[in-house]
Amino acid sequence: MSKPGAIVLTGYGINCEEETAHVFAVAGADAKIWHLNDLIENKNVLKDNQIFIFPGGFSYGDDTGSGKALANKIINNLSDEFQNFMQRDVLVMGICNGFQVMTNLGIVPGNESFGHSQVALDYNFKNRYECRWVHLKLNNKIYFKDMDVIKVPVAHGEGNFYADEKTLLQLKDNDQISGIYCNEKGEPANGEFPLNPNGALQDIASISDKTGRFIGLMPHPERNFLFSQRDDYTYQKEKLQRSG
Amino acid sequence: MEAKYRIEIYPTIPDNRGKSLKNRLEKIGILVSEIITADNYLINADFTNDEINKLAFMLTNPVIQKYSINSYLKNHKFDFAVEIGFLPGVTDNVAHTVSDVISDTFKVNKKKEDMVFTTRTFFMTGIVTDDEKREITGNLFNPLIQREVLLSFAEYNSAGGFGRTIPVVNIHEDGDVSRVDLNLNDKELVELGRHGILDPDNTRRGPLALDLDSMKVIQSYFKDVEKRKPTDVELESIAQTWSEHCKHTIFAAELDGNAEGIFGTYIKAATDRINKEKGNKNICHSVFKDNAGGIEFDENYIISDKVETHNSPSALDPFGGSITGIVGVNRDEMGFGMGAKPIANRYGFCLADPEDKNPIYRSKEKSSQLLSPARIMEGVIHGVNVGGNQSGIPTPQGFIRFHERFKAKPLVFVGTIGLLPKIVNGKSSVKKSALPGDFVVVTGGRVGRDGIHGATFSSEALSGGSPATAVQIGDPITQKKMSDAIVKEARDMDLYNSITDNGAGGLSCSVAEMAKESGGFEVDLEKIPLKYPGLASWQIWVSESQERMTLSIPPEKAEHFIALMKKRGVEATVIGKFTDSGRGIVRHNGKEIFNLDLDFLHNGLPQKKLKSVNNIVKTEKPVYDVPDFSKSIHDMMSRLNISSFSFISNQYDFEVQGSSVLKPLQGKGNVNSNASVIRPLFTSKKGVVLSQGMYPEYSELDPYNMAASSIDTAVRNAVAAGANLDKTALLDNFCWCDSTSGERLGQLKQACEACYDLAVKYGTPYVSGKDSMFNDFKGFDENSNPISISVPPTLLISSIAVVDDVDICQSIDFKFENDIIYLLGVTSDELNGSEYYSYLSEKLGRVISGGEVPAVNADENLILYRSVSAALQKKLIASAISVERGGLAVAVIKSALAGKLGFEIDLGAVLNEKKILNDELLFSESQGRILVSVNPANKDAFEKTINGKFSMIGVVKANDAVIKNSSNEKLFSSSLEKLSISYTERFKNY
Repeated sequence: MSKPGAIVLTGYGINCEEETAHVFAVAGADAKIWHLNDLIENKNVLKDNQIFIFPGGFSYGDDTGSGKALANKIINNLSDEFQNFMQRDVLVMGICNGFQVMTNLGIVPGNESFGHSQVALDYNFKNRYECRWVHLKLNNKIYFKDMDVIKVPVAHGEGNFYADEKTLLQLKDNDQISGIYCNEKGEPANGEFPLNPNGALQDIASISDKTGRFIGLMPHPERNFLFSQRDDYTYQKEKLQRSG
Repeated sequence: MEAKYRIEIYPTIPDNRGKSLKNRLEKIGILVSEIITADNYLINADFTNDEINKLAFMLTNPVIQKYSINSYLKNHKFDFAVEIGFLPGVTDNVAHTVSDVISDTFKVNKKKEDMVFTTRTFFMTGIVTDDEKREITGNLFNPLIQREVLLSFAEYNSAGGFGRTIPVVNIHEDGDVSRVDLNLNDKELVELGRHGILDPDNTRRGPLALDLDSMKVIQSYFKDVEKRKPTDVELESIAQTWSEHCKHTIFAAELDGNAEGIFGTYIKAATDRINKEKGNKNICHSVFKDNAGGIEFDENYIISDKVETHNSPSALDPFGGSITGIVGVNRDEMGFGMGAKPIANRYGFCLADPEDKNPIYRSKEKSSQLLSPARIMEGVIHGVNVGGNQSGIPTPQGFIRFHERFKAKPLVFVGTIGLLPKIVNGKSSVKKSALPGDFVVVTGGRVGRDGIHGATFSSEALSGGSPATAVQIGDPITQKKMSDAIVKEARDMDLYNSITDNGAGGLSCSVAEMAKESGGFEVDLEKIPLKYPGLASWQIWVSESQERMTLSIPPEKAEHFIALMKKRGVEATVIGKFTDSGRGIVRHNGKEIFNLDLDFLHNGLPQKKLKSVNNIVKTEKPVYDVPDFSKSIHDMMSRLNISSFSFISNQYDFEVQGSSVLKPLQGKGNVNSNASVIRPLFTSKKGVVLSQGMYPEYSELDPYNMAASSIDTAVRNAVAAGANLDKTALLDNFCWCDSTSGERLGQLKQACEACYDLAVKYGTPYVSGKDSMFNDFKGFDENSNPISISVPPTLLISSIAVVDDVDICQSIDFKFENDIIYLLGVTSDELNGSEYYSYLSEKLGRVISGGEVPAVNADENLILYRSVSAALQKKLIASAISVERGGLAVAVIKSALAGKLGFEIDLGAVLNEKKILNDELLFSESQGRILVSVNPANKDAFEKTINGKFSMIGVVKANDAVIKNSSNEKLFSSSLEKLSISYTERFKNY
């Protein structure tokens, strides 16, 4: 079987493209970094690929709202091609700023048409950028198969998930909540800082579309794929050594 | 001028920004019941109704916001509203993004500087007094870069909102260059050097900062060699090139008859000797000559490092000063060799107590108040937050230090580590050369009046319609686009021959500097893209506008380079060419306005001759009553210089790029460590250790041992984390004061002697350095009494080291109960200048000083450190913390809090050369000590491996911290929870 092709977007202040592409490559994809302007010039590339990733970063410096300006640029220049891409049996993932872009494009939760946002990632309740490790309880059969609670870093200033009650109900009914902030046992953070680092409604850290193929998440899983990246690396190393 | 449209955007759900501002105001004692924040866009372009609505929708998040166009906030009761906007010419990053959105959506091609302007409005409910209103606005805006309008509810409604006035730059400098008559007597030359060129309106432009000797050399050059009067452009350029900032005149000066100067005698000589002694194990690549210094990482890569200071700009505009500092030093890496990729940032803030509320003023009339320590602290922290986070560069390593003498001028240290392949396009990446015939290309941001005469800024120079000149705000996204395009694309496509950044002196310095490689240059000023019209020629040439790189590009490659940059959303322009004429030539619209001998420009500066005085006196140990340990240990943990600053660590992304190994906060307890480790390549287990050492409190007591301690600490911290001493290098940053006085020079000379001795002993070369020699302030207190505040002479030694396998790295946290605690090294009664004496001085209300500052036994330490590395290599150490400020007590408690484990230690077991007292054992800052914990199973192997003096002082326990004296009596006992509160309470509301 040939490797699935993955487009890892970059440009305009996206800054996690290298580690994200590396992780997708390690996981078995043929991952390539594409500058948005090159993609706009070569729209057919979308047809040849099966995975699209919006990496983390600071597209347009979060000016006018995080992810907003990049989403506008995609709507202005790639709207049809991107919608055609999503019609196929493909995967789309957005991490951190990429999640913010996806919500502004309306891809997640995707319960309305392309370009219509239904949820928001507002300023963190402290209105401050937070970089810290959190526990995440996962729920998505495509991306997180057989996974339950993991530890990952978050690093963002605008990750405070918000949706109105109707949308929240939809998310629950359709099983679209793919990750919540929790404690190490997997119990919900209940809004408690720092377990929930940003004040997200119902501790929501990640949502997907109804099919589970399009997913956005605030934490950065691509920053925890090596043993040495773990925040308890030296402790685990010592523990391993003592257990022989 | 009025904009055609005003779009206002309001939150439709509870306003988090408003709430956090409300909390911030509450902390300073102002209670408002509600704050609503609105973002406003003033748009000066023609649109149809549909278009402007479409645009407003594109700027709004409909889930949580709503917008209005050319209207104002109705149906909302508030008491007063404040609107904050920028002054003319101040970088408005959000406006640039909106301009991009407009261009992309409507294909409008208008220069972005005059199309969009942003403001923010705060609607406040809850009556406050006029004084409180002033304090609120004082906390919201900086008059040097921003404007404010304050309206009551009634005023707002009758005016129909805040209106659409936009801060368009409107300047008309006299386009002609002027000729400066140098036929002057000495007095007049001094005046010209000190206060600058006389404009036709009889005002002076601001200092050239040239002394009489320099002025005389310039005078005779034009009289005898050029046989003409200089133009203002030439004089301003010479002043930039010869400035203290660029030429390091103090470090280059003849000192006490030694023509080699301080730099040559101590810093460079140390590196030269070390490199020679190391022979083929020399780790240095390109030191002292480029924008940063590099050392060997592995067979394919070089790791580079540079630490800058941005003190004066940060005193004026803490946010702007600090953000331009960090993105500026990022550019030093982009300009190192053929362009290194920035892979980590460092920071260090030297500040005054944020609780210090006593105002100080620049003028006797109290008209010009300095920003409060709290504002400075908040601003400098936020600057590195925005600059570092938005650039996608991790910021793992940093420190804060407090001293009352950092009140007028804070010290802001910012550094960046870079990664550069050794070979680029088949050639050495650190050899670069602009060739005659190459185009001079400038890329990145545009040129405005930013940063002109920045160092000599005075607030009176600011008035309506004139852009803020000295103060700059960084634009990290413009720089990020440029950085990616250069370092990740253009460099490896072989599109340029040489590259450097634009920092101090702008183009005048970067072009002239690169022209050393080719032998000359010609530039046509009209080709340089400007932010707004009306700049004088000399301003274009010396402007320090940010986010620009200068490149030397062969003509046949220029088109390719410019097209690539354009595709990445970055402007690039050919502005001239490099030559081998020996001359630097600048034309403006065809007219020659600058034509100088390059050799004179670079080497004509006369060497200063300085004399130092040594008046350091030794004093006796102070006498005092030892406070109860149950209180003093908790008090020490909560001191500004000891306590947790996790609120800073957590707002800087230390995980981006996926490289982090040892993090700024360590263990389950998240305790600030003094070293961090990154792993730059996913495919290699090699790591880079970063740390630093600094003891400004010792400087005036014993400058030699101050510097020795700083170096020992920087090296020791790195070793404790896993550094390979053979692959460790240092960076020196001197922030001195009043540096032409004999006494200060005496302190400097002694410090530099230690810099030489210690570096040579440890074999750790200096690879880069920077100095800022005049951190002095003269002003007035609240009662209009004159005051002067100089920073304590401050030397920051940063360390960078390679570790061959990150698996040997160790963090500070105790790992397991029953592990044995060892203190490596010897403890002496060296408390002069210690944090403990500062504590006692504050507690007892008198100065506690005297006795010895820690001395460094480098021979013994070197052997010990090598054996610590060996023990780490064998994985015999379960935690390691270098003993620093606050001594043993602080180190052992930090390891305990980090591991969430207790301990019991016996002071009687602590090795000391003469009998010293318990509080001295606990708080002495004796150098050369590392506190480690060891698995009991490894006891023998560990003790056999350690080569040097050490003592086994206790064990790790499950709960509680217990310290016993030599008679086995409990001196101190506390729960970890209580210690944790002491350690974290100081900044818990920050």
